[in-house]
Amino acid sequence: MSTGLLVTADGAVFRGESVGAEGVTTGEVVFNTTMTGYQEVSTDPSYAGQVVVMTSPHIGNYGVHDGDAQASAPHCTGFVVRSMARRYSSWRAQGSFSDYLLHHGIVALGEVDTRRLTRHVRDRGAMPVAMGTDVDEAELAAMAAAAPSMEGLDLATGVSTTEAYHVAADAPRRGHVVAYDLGIKRDITAALAGRGLDVTVVPATTAAEAVLAMDPNGVFLSNGPGDPEPLHETVAAVRALLGRVPVFGICLGHQILGLALGASTFKLPFGHHGGNHPVRRLADGVVDITSQNHGFAVDLWSLVDGDAPSRRGVPTPELLPARVDTEYGPVRATHQNLNDGTLEGMECLDIPVFSVQYHPEAAPGPNDAAVLFDRFRERIL
Amino acid sequence: MPRRNDISSILVIGSGPIVIGQGCEFDYSGTQATRVLRSEGYRVILVNSNPATIMTDPEFADATYIEPISPEVVAAIIEKERPDALLPTLGGQTALNVTMALAQDGVLEKLGVELIGAGVEAIQTAEDRGRFKAAMDAAGIPSPISQYAHSLDEAMAAAADLGYPLMVRPSYILGGGGTGLADDEASFREIVTAGLDASPVSEVLVEESVYGWKEFELEVMRDANDNAVIVCSIENLDPMGVHTGDSITVAPVQTLSDREYQAMRDDAITCLRAIGVETGGSNVQFAVDPATGRRLIIEMNPRVSRSSALASKATGFPIAKIAAKLAVGYTLDEIANDITGATPASFEPALDYTVVKVPRFDFAKFPAAGDTLGTSMRSVGEAMAIGRTFPEALQKALRSLETGRAGLGADRTEHAFAALDDEELLERVRVPRPDRIGAVAEALRRGHSPDRVAAVSSIDPWFVDQILQIVETRTEIEQSPEDPGLLRKAKRMGFSDRQLAFITRRSEADISAWRRAHGITRTFNTVDTCAAEFRAETPYFYSSFEEESEVPPPGTRTVVVLGSGPNRIGQGIEFDYCCVHASFALKDAGYEPVMINCNPETVSTDYDTSDRLYFEPLTVEDVVGVLEAEQPAAVIVQLGGQTPLGLARAIEAAGVQIAGTSPDAIDAAEDRERFAALCHATGIPQPANGVASSVREAEDVVDVIGLPVLVRPSYVLGGRAMRVIYTVEDLSEYLAEFYGDLPGAADLADAPLLIDRFLEGATEVDVDAIYDGTELLVGGVMEHIEQAGIHSGDSACVVPPPTLTEIALARIHDYTERIARGLGVRGLLNIQYAVRDDDVFVIEANPRGSRTVPFISKATGVPLAKVATRVMMGESLRQLREAELVPASHGNSFTAVKEAVLPWDRFPQEDVVLGPEMKATGEVMGVGPDLGVAFGKALLAAGHRVPDSGTVFLTVDDRDKPQATEVAAIMLSLGYRVVATRGTAGHLARNGIQATIVDKVGEGPWNPLHMLEAGEIQMVFNTPRGRRARGDGAVIRQAAHRHGVPCVTTIEGALAVARSLQAGPDAIVDVHSLQSLHS
Repeated sequence: MSTGLLVTADGAVFRGESVGAEGVTTGEVVFNTTMTGYQEVSTDPSYAGQVVVMTSPHIGNYGVHDGDAQASAPHCTGFVVRSMARRYSSWRAQGSFSDYLLHHGIVALGEVDTRRLTRHVRDRGAMPVAMGTDVDEAELAAMAAAAPSMEGLDLATGVSTTEAYHVAADAPRRGHVVAYDLGIKRDITAALAGRGLDVTVVPATTAAEAVLAMDPNGVFLSNGPGDPEPLHETVAAVRALLGRVPVFGICLGHQILGLALGASTFKLPFGHHGGNHPVRRLADGVVDITSQNHGFAVDLWSLVDGDAPSRRGVPTPELLPARVDTEYGPVRATHQNLNDGTLEGMECLDIPVFSVQYHPEAAPGPNDAAVLFDRFRERIL
Repeated sequence: MPRRNDISSILVIGSGPIVIGQGCEFDYSGTQATRVLRSEGYRVILVNSNPATIMTDPEFADATYIEPISPEVVAAIIEKERPDALLPTLGGQTALNVTMALAQDGVLEKLGVELIGAGVEAIQTAEDRGRFKAAMDAAGIPSPISQYAHSLDEAMAAAADLGYPLMVRPSYILGGGGTGLADDEASFREIVTAGLDASPVSEVLVEESVYGWKEFELEVMRDANDNAVIVCSIENLDPMGVHTGDSITVAPVQTLSDREYQAMRDDAITCLRAIGVETGGSNVQFAVDPATGRRLIIEMNPRVSRSSALASKATGFPIAKIAAKLAVGYTLDEIANDITGATPASFEPALDYTVVKVPRFDFAKFPAAGDTLGTSMRSVGEAMAIGRTFPEALQKALRSLETGRAGLGADRTEHAFAALDDEELLERVRVPRPDRIGAVAEALRRGHSPDRVAAVSSIDPWFVDQILQIVETRTEIEQSPEDPGLLRKAKRMGFSDRQLAFITRRSEADISAWRRAHGITRTFNTVDTCAAEFRAETPYFYSSFEEESEVPPPGTRTVVVLGSGPNRIGQGIEFDYCCVHASFALKDAGYEPVMINCNPETVSTDYDTSDRLYFEPLTVEDVVGVLEAEQPAAVIVQLGGQTPLGLARAIEAAGVQIAGTSPDAIDAAEDRERFAALCHATGIPQPANGVASSVREAEDVVDVIGLPVLVRPSYVLGGRAMRVIYTVEDLSEYLAEFYGDLPGAADLADAPLLIDRFLEGATEVDVDAIYDGTELLVGGVMEHIEQAGIHSGDSACVVPPPTLTEIALARIHDYTERIARGLGVRGLLNIQYAVRDDDVFVIEANPRGSRTVPFISKATGVPLAKVATRVMMGESLRQLREAELVPASHGNSFTAVKEAVLPWDRFPQEDVVLGPEMKATGEVMGVGPDLGVAFGKALLAAGHRVPDSGTVFLTVDDRDKPQATEVAAIMLSLGYRVVATRGTAGHLARNGIQATIVDKVGEGPWNPLHMLEAGEIQMVFNTPRGRRARGDGAVIRQAAHRHGVPCVTTIEGALAVARSLQAGPDAIVDVHSLQSLHS
């Protein structure tokens, strides 16, 4: 097995061995704390441009299965683990995860002190890294230093479909939804189709009029990679759709909606990537355990005069403005992250529009929030 | 929802004595709960009969009742204290059962006590097999398919529906009797026929078999707002068919895909809702068919459990503490995660390490019981280890067991497999026994394919491959013993230096120096609940061989306390109690206590107990690794039993100060010759004794010192293989049993036989004392109820001593002081004496905390372990008296009895006789104005329900006949009928007492076996003589046990029982809190 090396933009060096494709790669390093679902993580288009570090030490144990993939191929640029399974074991496995990464040309390292790497990112923030097999440390250091930051980078357009396509309802047909593909996961289209909705998946740059011409019952804004700021075309399209058709956004889609409503977004220190984030439903106080994968967040305080309150201890609802006014009418915060108090969901009070920052489709992660897809169906029909 | 203000006082019920299946995990949960409830301002009333628990320390509750956990006693406590609420979910099955009895009797309703945590309905639904299945059906959660059958035809029809293999469970048979697994029609017919016959209602349950399926457990918490989280997922390495308590278990789950895991998670939460667990923690168990992924729910426990203690330690999420808060109205999001301080408890811990738990067995003490594992739990303790990977954690866990293993293989334990041929070895792989994991490794080492090993054992191929990687690494090292890269790989896989020394035939010190020269040293990583996503506030560490250590720089007032490792018979919760007290005392005195231990059940491994916790094996290498990181001022080794004591020399050699009594003084007490010299020099009588290195020498020694003698081989600890020898024939029989068929002059040199004169009729006395160099504090003088010759851990004892003379007591004090001074004790000292009238003989002295320290502390109100800790750190008793840690004077205004609890129910094949080898798993305490009441309470607490009328069967050894007269007289005066064997009855008749004569076993209709079977005997007093009374006595005792008839096997015990009955039933429910007893 060839040796592997990872160097961060600030010069930290991590050693390991190759457990995927050979070669060299760069990306922003993010860590994911979910303990199952490595295949879903590797294939989530939201990881485009990123090197994923799994904090769970044993990866690959149950192999891979087509039904778990969120896209036809992995989207992350590199994968880093502590211990890659040599042998997988599952009645449903179709192959090994290591071979899967190799087959798709994803450079992957094993035997890395992933905890040290995670602590590095936690303490110093998300940063570019370069990694590779049988490669010189100095070469990687130079590559890492030269790699671009995620801020201001339009990655969604790159992973979006170039042509519109249809996913037929997988249950008695109830309606039609147009889904903006900013990096959509298969489990999202499956969740919509499973609720009797025909889905037309359209490119990220599709104009509002083209969408309306399809006469959808609702519009869905998908998850996706990177910074929402540069996605001007999508934001403009959404602004034109608001008030004319019900809209539901997830993750990057939620951020796009935030921008469309006039709020700003900001980069989190090291993002939320995992399957254990507590999110409070502000309406009834119930907490959902959610699947999360994002590096940016919506700042509702940008629509309010005055500063956000400072935080002490466990986050409280007061850390978010209860209600802000926008040109589309009042908007209410509906969900809050209980780890850091950030906004996890919002809804417009005058028009049928709502969004969440987390992933109700799970894959991987808990199914606690799956009911949001039901709510979307109810809203649009 | 905030704290409930409509209740102000809460009754918490503990789990009673440590028994197999209910260990110290409930002290951990109860201690957490009482602490939390008090800090929330509630008045806490606690009942637990186990004095060796932290929860029964008077500062953990407002009113602490060390009383039997029986419905009538708890009702009396409720009557007296009138609590607003009862929290039944923290004291195991014991607390649930007593709560259900009180609810059904209407006591709770009558006295207005609200159940919090779980209601009656929920408990019933979870506990009743039929109701549980119905609830799961209604909730859409699949459970094993089953049908009831009342005839062979019905059963055959069911079999045709379900297909083989099938599990057959006869209805209404206690303890799972008659349950069997049928692979085919022939065996099915046989099992069903026998089962229908055995079932009193002629009914069997025919159920699809999940034997060999994968087994999983989820620990779920739910709050009043219907928030639910999975705290921990656990996968059993041993598949279905082995009780989870006897299985090697792994956290988190390793072999489920996210889809499978999330579906299981959904089922677990749905299950809690369906059962109606309103708040708190529950454990939900699943079986998964490895071939199809089909998932069935097996059972759920609506309370905290052994698994939840394990889950708490594995994740850093304190389930019991949070459960207590949820029970009084809080919701998960209102409670902060202690570890991060800044995030809420409503989350699911993310682990970036692997946890392995391995059970510890003591089958050697119960040789008649087979050691095949099954669905009835029989392990007596467990060790947990944390490593980054499964191989690392597994190897650490195995060496934590202290069973001679240094990891997985590459140690002396593998010699046990050398003699087995391949077929025999694979049989060890197939049949679950305590060392199956060793057989798996050995089979792989011999080249059996992992597929074959997986198929034979039903252990998941992923685990088998991980084990294979350990085995392969070992082989690689054998081939290239000088390769530093391989060395690093091996250390990262959890190999100990001892294993590497074994493989490379070098010394352990050599290996240690070599790897250090290559910079391969331990790192310490944090258990932080969040995989490093957030900064951790609470320092809870495990070692690994990574690139970065997270331990803060060493302080100057750090003191390390070494714990006692996994529970085993002879070393259990009592020692953990002492270690926890050491930590508390160190904190009080301004030190930073650091705990090292590997037992997940305990309070010592609660991260709240010490300033820092290291969850590590208690071996020289692992402990020295921590000491290097912590650089403590001193290490406390005398409170954790034999485990830390055994490490003292090595720690001293590593240049670290041992607090208190020096390792040399410990050695002086343990070395027979040194100790005998000390006794001789200070004029303290010892029983005549000698050492024999051959059979002839043994006979010579016996000739000189005279019979009877107490013998034991020098190499075993804890009373194993110890025996009282009354005749020359006994001696030959013993030597033949333990040394094989030895010719007359054969060599016993490898394990010389220790021989002591056995003082017949002597009273055994235990003393716990503290010596500070100038002054002696006698904590208590405990008089054993059973005669010398019964292991002190199995014997009941009483304070203050009821029969000792003034002269004997004065001598005991005098001798204790002389020994303490002579040995140079600084700290605790336990001495056993044999006392006959005024004569006092010292049997042995141990300069360490003993099993009786917690009992004495509870009985006298003097916190001995805390005082000893301060003395070890250099304070004098005088100073501690001024600081009011030691009272100016102490004496008992009441009598306290400690009674042992024995695991006979788990080993039905064993003779229930007490002897010099300890077999008790736990203890209870009874308090009262006199011995009769205190002993009566202790008996009830230990689970012996002495019938208040009926027939007593008396058959005693000749030696015991004088006292048997008194026993019979008391029993007759209380209205019992007395029946006796011819010899005993004859003796009674000569003393004017009429007893009905019964026939011998197997002779005539009036024989005791028939009478026991017919329910004509309610209690048995049978005293055997040594081991020789196998035969009739053993048959009677086993029959008594089988029919649930109390059986007392010592005459002193019989007398104490008789006296306790004289006290009458009202005395038992006269309850007093510890606080009122000591005020």
